[in-house]
Amino acid sequence: MRKLKTLIMATAAASTFATAALAERGSDGNLNIAYWQAVSILNPYLSGGTKDIEASSLILDPLANYRPDGSMEPALATEIPTIENGGVSEDLKSITWKLRDDVVWSDGTPFTAADVVFSANYCLHPEGGCNAASNFADVESVEAVDDHTVKINFSVAKPFPYGPFVGATAPVIQEAQFKDCMGAKAPECTDANFGPIGTGPFVVDEFRANDVVTYKANENYRDPAQPAFATVVLKGGGDSASTTRSVLETGEFDYAWNVQVEPEVLAQMQAAGNGEIIAAFGTSVERLMVNLTNPDPALGDKRSTVEGGPHPFLSDKAVRQALSMAIDRDILVEVGYGPNGQVTCNVLPAPEIYASTANDACKTQDIEGANKLLDEAGWMPGPDGIREKDGVRLSILYQTSTNSVRQGTQALVKQMWQEIGVETELRNIDAGVFFGGDQSSPDTFQKFFADIEMYTNNFDGTDPEAYMGNWVCSEIPSPANQWIGNNMPRFCSEEYDALSKEMGKTASIEKRAELAKKMNDMLMQEYVMIPLIHRGRVSAKSNALGNVTLNPWDSELAFAEEWTRVE
Amino acid sequence: MLNYTLRRLLFAIPTLLVISFIIFVILDLAPGDPTGQLPLTIPAEVRAQIRESLGVGEPIHIAYFKWLRGFFVYEPLYWLDQMGLTIGDPADRARIISYATRGPVFDLILERIPQTLWVVGLSYVFGILIALPIGVISAYKQYSWFDQLGTFISMVGFSVPTFFTGLLMIVIFSVQLGWFPSVYDTTLEVNSWESFIKQVKQMVMPVAVLALYNASQISRFMRASMLDNLTQDYVRTARAKGMSEKVVVLTHVLRNSLIPVVTVIALGVPTIFSGAIITEQIFRVNGLGQLLIIGIQGSDFPLVQTLTFIFAILIVLFNLIADVIYGILDPRIRYD
Repeated sequence: MRKLKTLIMATAAASTFATAALAERGSDGNLNIAYWQAVSILNPYLSGGTKDIEASSLILDPLANYRPDGSMEPALATEIPTIENGGVSEDLKSITWKLRDDVVWSDGTPFTAADVVFSANYCLHPEGGCNAASNFADVESVEAVDDHTVKINFSVAKPFPYGPFVGATAPVIQEAQFKDCMGAKAPECTDANFGPIGTGPFVVDEFRANDVVTYKANENYRDPAQPAFATVVLKGGGDSASTTRSVLETGEFDYAWNVQVEPEVLAQMQAAGNGEIIAAFGTSVERLMVNLTNPDPALGDKRSTVEGGPHPFLSDKAVRQALSMAIDRDILVEVGYGPNGQVTCNVLPAPEIYASTANDACKTQDIEGANKLLDEAGWMPGPDGIREKDGVRLSILYQTSTNSVRQGTQALVKQMWQEIGVETELRNIDAGVFFGGDQSSPDTFQKFFADIEMYTNNFDGTDPEAYMGNWVCSEIPSPANQWIGNNMPRFCSEEYDALSKEMGKTASIEKRAELAKKMNDMLMQEYVMIPLIHRGRVSAKSNALGNVTLNPWDSELAFAEEWTRVE
Repeated sequence: MLNYTLRRLLFAIPTLLVISFIIFVILDLAPGDPTGQLPLTIPAEVRAQIRESLGVGEPIHIAYFKWLRGFFVYEPLYWLDQMGLTIGDPADRARIISYATRGPVFDLILERIPQTLWVVGLSYVFGILIALPIGVISAYKQYSWFDQLGTFISMVGFSVPTFFTGLLMIVIFSVQLGWFPSVYDTTLEVNSWESFIKQVKQMVMPVAVLALYNASQISRFMRASMLDNLTQDYVRTARAKGMSEKVVVLTHVLRNSLIPVVTVIALGVPTIFSGAIITEQIFRVNGLGQLLIIGIQGSDFPLVQTLTFIFAILIVLFNLIADVIYGILDPRIRYD
């Protein structure tokens, strides 16, 4: 609460300062933003990726946003509801938001609680294909108490009730515009999906799907001094290197999203002196998933399932631990990530209160220790230097998605494992297939027909409950559940499940942090996942753009109304 | 000739149907998932719902039939509606909808045609205009310094990939000299002298890159074809009759040499529409080629299916046009 108060005061102070410093809305001309993935749709509920959600966050506002420091700031609401201020009920089963009464939509009509109720119903419609459905998980009903009060009821106790309408993934859309677009009709409303009416700082001027969006300042925006820019052009396409170059070298753009460029190329571009790289660390961790079940093709339908039996050698904890110890994470960061990555030994690296320090030993490579561990466990080098025991060779199939940085990491890890007598076969799969849910494809990351696989995962917002719930027994993918599930290592422990259940009932933030750390440590000390790199969000900004802080918890453009032109 | 053309057109219908079915089957068998680009934080159950709402996973014969009906019935009806000719109920037009944009595929394609025609089409025209004289002169003065230089440049143009020449141009003309923009602005409307200059400036680099590539290819054909004809008996006859070199080369030899070159040029026209995928990506021209690539990356099957089928139609059509032109240029060829 105190933190919140300080925050509100700070924002108030910042906004008065901003008003004083800036002349008026639209005084800073045009803002050029480059996204290397082109925007396909401006309705975030039907979007196909982060780029669409971020592009629409300039137009649509949720009730509250996450600030770059991870705290929540009210947008369309007057305050963040908590148990202390009575906004969250004692039984944790409902949350009541008070809405600002001075907000109007960009078309001039008033914004009311009915719009919030409608937005929830729009996303909850079973035939709509809403991609933010998980934000609305366990929502039983949403009701308008009066014109400016909304009550969200949950079917279970929600210690963290900020899923619906917090952050850019679940904003409020206008009832009047979308009322004929419910359910199966959602995709038919092309005009609404291409030009939603919003309460955000900008409105759509022109939208060319998969190409470019042009915006202009919203005349009816709730802060009369914002946004500073009169127009925004968000150009899509190309690749990450070319968008970064257009900011850092040619200076044609002010901001480039999601920089994925090799560190040495980036250094060259920065030398031109037009701009800088900004990074922020959220919860993304590039990790190795260890398959505890047997992926042997001879098992047929039982391949990589619990029924198929344990993995011939990865079920031995000593092997898993040795694999982790043999990796020099510093080199992986240096070669592949640069400012973009940090070494990590946790799958839950942030926010700070959730980050454990119990596993930090992994930060230094220990080939000797790894060799010793394998020797003790009875894995002895064969004639070709590859360790084996009872006729089982330590030979690993290591898969990931196709991406030059990932293939670089694969090659380095292969070399490191070579030093402890482990043979590695590398494989990469097109990202669309690997992360896609095509049941007929054997190459999806859920099916995991390999020994080790590598990818990045994170969680939305700042609460890790759902994320840590990924590794309970019931989340193990198998043919019985159409391979749906997030427990890729097929890890199953009663103790872990009990912790996860307890977290679902605990409201106190300190206790939740304690539980989350315990769960993280358990996964780490069992070595069922081997974390490698804490990945940041990295973007490029020109020197002529001011007041930008990269936001790892929400849309990068969530606070674009505060951006200004500096000379 | 008319008979022949009609016969060929009729024959094209089953060919195109078979092509469309093959494309459909290949796309259906291809792994890939339209929800594959969503953040991993979105759970699998939600993905399954999204796929269902898109209509992914329908039995192939139903999906194919729906697409055929969309392409051949609803789309033409829709465009007739737009022109004021309404047949049936205009509300009942199940147009082909893209998975990624949830908008009609044809609207996307129409939006892309201008920049593709301007950049890729113009580069083709420039390529031809450069190639023909180079080919003629190179052949007429075979092994001269001009021929050697022409051969060298066309070999370079042909063998150096466009993504290299494109990047090189950006580094020189955008980064170092700052003459031209490296990013193509598709929203630019040419309505004044100033905006025209802007349009020209942004087209210079992509057009130059592609024109070099096209010119080197066509100039080689032109040169070879000229060389074949220059040694023919009718050329000696023409010279013996006392005709000037200009008439001999430009009237007699050139006309005959153009026959195979025109075929090559006509067959190359459909590739204009399929866009120059790599060049469009580099300069962010965002034309049809880039649309196709985005569609493939995002597993946007209706978009990919429709685009590839349109390309197939164009290829079949321009094959026919090439054959017809052949008959016009060479009186010896008669199809009836």
